[in-house]
Amino acid sequence: MAAITASREEKPEPTKQTPPPAPAVESAPKTITLRISRSNPSENSAAKFDEFQIPVQKWTTVLEAILHVKQNLDHSVAVRYSCRQASCGSCGMKINGRPRLACYTKVSELDSNVITVEPMSNFPIIRDLAVDFKQLFSTHKKMKPFIINEGSEVQPGAKEFIQTPNDLEKFLQFSYCIKCGLCNSACPTMATDKSFIGPQGLAQAYRYTADNRDEGKKGRLKIVDQSHGIWRCHFAGSCSNVCPKGVDPAMAIQLLRGYLLGFRK
Amino acid sequence: MRESIIMKIHYGTALGAVALVAVHILMRLSQKFSDSLQYQNVLANYHFLPYALMLEVILVLLSVHGFNGLRVILLELKQGATYERAINYGSIAAMAILIAYGSRTILMAGMGIS
Amino acid sequence: MAERVANREGIKGMANPTRYGLERVAYWLQRISGLGLLAYLIGHIYETSTILNGKIAWNNMLSLTETPGGHLVLVLVIGMCVFHTGNGIRLMISEGGKGVGKPGQPEYPYRASSLNSKQRLCIWVSIALAALAMMYGAGVLFGD
Ligand code: HEM
Ligand code: HEM
Ligand code: SF4
Ligand code: FES
Repeated sequence: MAAITASREEKPEPTKQTPPPAPAVESAPKTITLRISRSNPSENSAAKFDEFQIPVQKWTTVLEAILHVKQNLDHSVAVRYSCRQASCGSCGMKINGRPRLACYTKVSELDSNVITVEPMSNFPIIRDLAVDFKQLFSTHKKMKPFIINEGSEVQPGAKEFIQTPNDLEKFLQFSYCIKCGLCNSACPTMATDKSFIGPQGLAQAYRYTADNRDEGKKGRLKIVDQSHGIWRCHFAGSCSNVCPKGVDPAMAIQLLRGYLLGFRK
Repeated sequence: MRESIIMKIHYGTALGAVALVAVHILMRLSQKFSDSLQYQNVLANYHFLPYALMLEVILVLLSVHGFNGLRVILLELKQGATYERAINYGSIAAMAILIAYGSRTILMAGMGIS
Repeated sequence: MAERVANREGIKGMANPTRYGLERVAYWLQRISGLGLLAYLIGHIYETSTILNGKIAWNNMLSLTETPGGHLVLVLVIGMCVFHTGNGIRLMISEGGKGVGKPGQPEYPYRASSLNSKQRLCIWVSIALAALAMMYGAGVLFGD
């Protein structure tokens, strides 16, 4: 309590540099055109674009614009979302040609009065903007995304694993992956290779391998060392270019490949 | 063969070729460029054993590297057991044919059968 | 359920270098130059084999390449060779896990550290060396 009061007292008076409150006109709504790709493969309907006029504020996200359509203009638009805060990985889509999270992309940052949203490439379309993640999830599971360690069973007398901040940093950023699939939709190999593990899975194989509690390195290296595994990465970097969480899958893949090439132990 | 072994060969052949291809191209500049391509000079090159050996090494390294590179691209373009087997064996065959054809030149020109 | 289209981008997407930054351009150039060099190598080995048929055959073959078009092809080959080698060396080092940055706590706006300035510099240097070599080669070929 004392600390809080003290900091209140020390709070400086607002100086002249403090910007005045933004004038009301800046947040006045403007209208943009939202073009939504509509398709339903189960009815063999070809993709077409529906256009909607949407009022947006400076802070309106693309997801909110789409939900505006669903609430007010056309409730049949298919879109997947959940957390609205870049944590669940549900709302990946192609926004003005680039894979992004709809909830993490503000309309205002796109610098355009026309926003085009399409389903992510390299994933089968379920309907409209919703795509099928079956392959991503099953590939993810094949990477053994868990700590492999005989001593990890909880038994009487078992101790916790102690990790230093350094140990943690070796894998922490890769554990921020939210499985949104943006990386897989940007990857050039993924564009044609349906058997490729993909950046998401390979990065996760590294995340667990780099964890010093884990003993599954040998097995995972064997899994990624196949004809549609890690060697089909050519370090084009597109995955890391679009990843919204700073996972940097391209780095993880090269570090993992370092083990196979004998550059790293 | 395990994919990592194949790709180690891919990197290894590239590494080996760097220096040798540089020598090969710079040879053209050790004299006037058009002179370097004169019949007599080229034949003399082939008769010079160390250089002929170097050509043979370049030939092997780059046939392997180049056709494996092509194999990689083709594997990524289309999938399927039969197709992939055809690509794998096809690229080995292509390497062998190119090496054989090039070696014939080096061997025969080197021994003066021309 | 009805069959779902895979919606993969296909060759057009794979071979489109205009998105996702300089590294994707380098990927594209490495592919194109690799394929170009392979095509050249095959032609080149056929070309040199004519030496076995004597001086006249060799000179016939030479006269085919000693045209402006033939020289242009050679200049391109020099460029592809230099870029593919330079960028190839960058790739061999990076794909071994060197020079791709160190894992750490990502900070907003999450610029990927594997797409760092050293990598970009190496790509630009490879492009610049290729351009220089092409200019030098053009000077030699078209000069005399
Ligand atoms: C002499 C120096 C060379 C070096 C250092 C070199 C290096 C490399 C490297 C590191 C790769 C793999 C790139 C990746 O992971 O995507 C590669 C791919 C390739 N190289 Fe070379 N290379 C050289 C010369 C050549 C030559 C002369 C040819 C043609 C005969 C060639 C044909 C290819 C092909 C077709 C690929 C596959 C391209 C791809 O997968 O994108 N290379 N090279
Ligand atoms: C400026 C471009 C080039 C010129 C003018 C050139 C010229 C020649 C000539 C005249 C020969 C006959 C032997 C000799 O005199 O050295 C030869 C052989 C050879 N060159 Fe090149 N070369 C060039 C670039 C390359 C490149 C980029 C490669 C690799 C991809 C290459 C690979 C070979 C091989 C493998 C042989 C031996 C072929 C055989 O005898 O079967 N050359 N070249
Ligand atoms: S690595 Fe990044 S882009 Fe790929 S699935 Fe994970 S969070 Fe999404
Ligand atoms: S809605 Fe959860 S990531 Fe966008």
